[in-house]
Order: sequence, then C-alpha cells, then structure tokens
Amino acid sequence: MRLTGSSTLLRLAGIGVVILCVVGAFLYLGGWFSPHELRPARFVDGFEQANGIHSGFRRNHAKGVGVRGFFDSNGQGTRLSKAVVFRSGRVPVIGRFSFGGGDPNVTDAPDAVRGLGLQFSLPDGEEWRTAMINLPVFPFNTPQAFYDNLVASQPDPNTHKPDPQKMAAFVAGHPEFLQAIKIIQSHPVSSGFDNSAFYGLNAFRFVDAEGTSTPVRWMVVPVQPFAPVSASGTPLGDKNYLFDALIASIHQHPLQWHLIVTVGQPGDRTDDASIMWPDGREQVDLGTLTLDSIESEETSPARDINFDPLVLPVGIAPSDDPLLSARSAVYSQSFTRRAGEKKEPSAIAPSDVRK
Amino acid sequence: MTADRQQFPASMRFFHWLMAAMVLAMLGIGVAMVASLADYHRLVSIHRPLGILILIFVVIRSVNRLFSTLPPFPATMSSQERLVAHASEILLYTLLFVQPLVGWGMLSAARYPIVLCGSLHLFPILPHSVMLYAALRKAHTVLAYLLFFAFIAHFGAVLFHTLIVRDRLLSRMVPWRTRAN
Repeated sequence: MRLTGSSTLLRLAGIGVVILCVVGAFLYLGGWFSPHELRPARFVDGFEQANGIHSGFRRNHAKGVGVRGFFDSNGQGTRLSKAVVFRSGRVPVIGRFSFGGGDPNVTDAPDAVRGLGLQFSLPDGEEWRTAMINLPVFPFNTPQAFYDNLVASQPDPNTHKPDPQKMAAFVAGHPEFLQAIKIIQSHPVSSGFDNSAFYGLNAFRFVDAEGTSTPVRWMVVPVQPFAPVSASGTPLGDKNYLFDALIASIHQHPLQWHLIVTVGQPGDRTDDASIMWPDGREQVDLGTLTLDSIESEETSPARDINFDPLVLPVGIAPSDDPLLSARSAVYSQSFTRRAGEKKEPSAIAPSDVRK
Repeated sequence: MTADRQQFPASMRFFHWLMAAMVLAMLGIGVAMVASLADYHRLVSIHRPLGILILIFVVIRSVNRLFSTLPPFPATMSSQERLVAHASEILLYTLLFVQPLVGWGMLSAARYPIVLCGSLHLFPILPHSVMLYAALRKAHTVLAYLLFFAFIAHFGAVLFHTLIVRDRLLSRMVPWRTRAN
C-alpha cells in the first residue's frame, strides 16, 4: 500500500503545518506576536536610554554603599506571620543604601530618591529580601505608568530638558501621580540616610500558623532623630556628601531602625502602591534593625545581591499589586545584564568608607 | 512475548510521555516568563521546582533505560538513520540532564534561594559569582533553544515515519499496549 505522489506531498505538507503550529505557539508564548507590549527587557532598555550603560552597575539605584548588621525580632510579629524571622531572636542582615536613577556617579542631592535594600538570612536557610525607598507612597501604580513616566521625563536631545508637553500628557493621563506627589510632599525629607524612614512600597500578606492571611505594609523608622534638610544648601565640592555623612554616622555609633508593619483592614487596597491606607490602622513594632558596618561596592556582598522584593520566606506572601511581579522581572533583567559586565569603580571608593 | 518485543517496556513509555509533557511545559513556561511582567513571578515559582523534578526523573529514567530491553528498529530504517536516531537519543538525554543542572548552578552562583516548596529549598552547588551566573544564564538560553530544536527534529522524524513511511514507528512508544503485526 504505497502512498501516491500527491498523497505523500499532502502528508508532508500536513507535517509542515503541525510543526509550524508548534513553533508558532512558542513564539506566541515568548511575545513575538505582540511587540508593543511592555516586557522586562524593554523596561531595562528604558533605564539604559535614560542614564546610559554603566558597566557593572545596577540599571536603577546605581550609586550606593553596602552595609551589614542584624535584626533583633521582639516576637510581636508571630501573631500575624509564621515567618521564622519574626520569632524572638537575631538574624544577620546585609543591606545597601542607594540613590534612585541609573547614574553611579550622580552628585548627592537631598531630594533624590533614597533606597535601602535588605537581605535577612533566616536560621533555616530561607531569605527575606526587601527593596525600600524613602517615599511613603509610590508615584505610579502600574508598571506601564512607571515606564511611561521614565520615557516622558527623558531629556530632549536639543534642549537637554524633559519635554514639558510629554510630561503634561503623562500627568493628564495619570491622576494618581499628582495625588501621590501631594502625599510625598507632605512628608518632610530628612537631612540624611541615617534619619530617613524607608517604606516597603507595596502591600504584602502575612500568613500565620493557622493559614490566616493579613494584608500589611512595612517600613523602617529611624531611631536617629529627625532633622530637616539643611537650609544652607548643599556643600560645594563634595559629590558624595550624603554618603560621607552616612559613613561618618555609622562609624560613630550603630544606626538603628524599628521595623513597623501597618495592618490593613478589609477593603484597604493592596493593589495600588500610590495610595496610603486610612489613618488609624494598627501598627506593630516587630523589632530593631541595627546596621553597624559599611563598605564600598567593591568589597560588599550587597553589590552582587539582587534585592528582589519577591524573595520571601514562608509566612510572607505577595499581594495582588501588579508592581510586585514586574519589579521581580525587571530587577532580574537588570541583574542579569550587569552580572557579566566588567565592574567599574564605584563613586564611593573603599578608602572613603574607612574610619 | 513478541508483542512486548515490538514495543518499549511499559516503564520506558511511562517516563517518555511524562517527561515529554513536563519538558514541553517547561520550555513554554521558560519563553513566557522571560517576556512577562505580570506573570513572571508565578511562572518562575513553577519553573524552578519543575526543573528539579525533571532532573530527578531524568536520572531515574537513565538508570531504567540501562536495564531495559529495547525493541528492534523498524526494518525501514537504514544504518545511517539508526545512527542518527541513536545519537539524537543521547543528545536528548544529555540536554535533559545538563539543562536543569545549569539552572541550579546559575541560581547558586547568583545566590538566589532555590525554593522547591514552602521553606524547602536546595543548597547552592557553586560559589557566589555573578560572572559565573552571567555565563551560565547565557548557557541556559542556548541549551533551551537546542532542546527545543532537538524536540522539533524528533517530533518531525516520528511524524515522517508514521505518516509517510508508515512503518508503525510510533506504535513502539504509544502509552497503550499494541499487538504484534
């Protein structure tokens, strides 16, 4: 029963179609048919276009220093979360202070966004990583809005300033942006890293031993007393004056923050990082973070850590905030790109962090 | 007995189809997760433990393959074809072993926790080195493409034999028992 020539051809064509369908399905999954959708690679391209590529540095929060210390849990958190980190006791912490933006040599400025990444190493081998900033809310509530703002605020090649029309168009399309800016401006900026509060930005969920899940937001509140930004302006000639002040401060005495969680109520939105929860929500002090040593990027293990906010221990779970998965994806993309690059010297040199 | 001799042993057929489903799912998850903001975390959380599961299964499967009696090649296959079939089998087994190992290695070098389920996680198998991570991360992509093309070639060859040569090649691997012809 040999096949005739024409039926052989027909069957060959059928095989070709089946294989094309399989290849097509994979191309579809990989996003080849929707090139305009925002993807991790394009997001990081946006940072690179805004700031240039600085070999070996993070594509955002490029300028920074590493710190080490520990977290003393007071056990209060076990009521809300079964995470081992909240049982009474001490866990080691590696951290990194940074400025927002992709320029590793930017001049320190009090109004630049300050970042604090932390990695808690739990005794059972689990890890908790969080990347916080000093803004009480995030000005964007979707990855697309963040990206659109990044594009709109890029300097025009002729004027070297962002195009006011593009920014106006962005603001008009994002009412949450101006509302968030109002909240941010109502929180006075502190004089330095050491007396800054840092906020976890997104809502998360604490899960207790019974499996009960509670919406929470966390922040670290400094023990160091608040001081406003100096009215006399920034000192001339020292590009790193805020980092230098942090170095001097940590050499004087260990710096401490309280880890505070705000407990959400039913109806509090967990999917919008641009709004605050109403006043009067219960706040629980979970313990004290102590940072007692400081290193430059060259020697600190923090340089090679991706402070991915979704590296979470059992007992802490992501919320439905769309920024969370996007942050994880974009941080990973940035980490992968910088990992293989030659590591250029950081603005804060190893000699700067010595006593 | 003759019926059994024409087919792969039941254990080999079981591993073949189970792993076919796992590997195809894995390749799909892999291409989708690197291109997605919204689903990245959910997909990564499946990708890592599924990869380790594939590593475990490929080891069991290789041992099982070693101790199994294989059916003869169909008479329609020339000696060159048999050589290619044998080489592609070795290639597929090797890729299924190396790819999850590279994944585990690259996460180790980057010091990402390799969470399997709950607080259960794997130990790192390489020192913390981002340069090593970068190289292995590239290798992971290259191996994934290689695995995908090897799958397409395997799939295409079986379709060709089944639909054009019509030598009942596929009946040797179908999940159900076939009667000898």
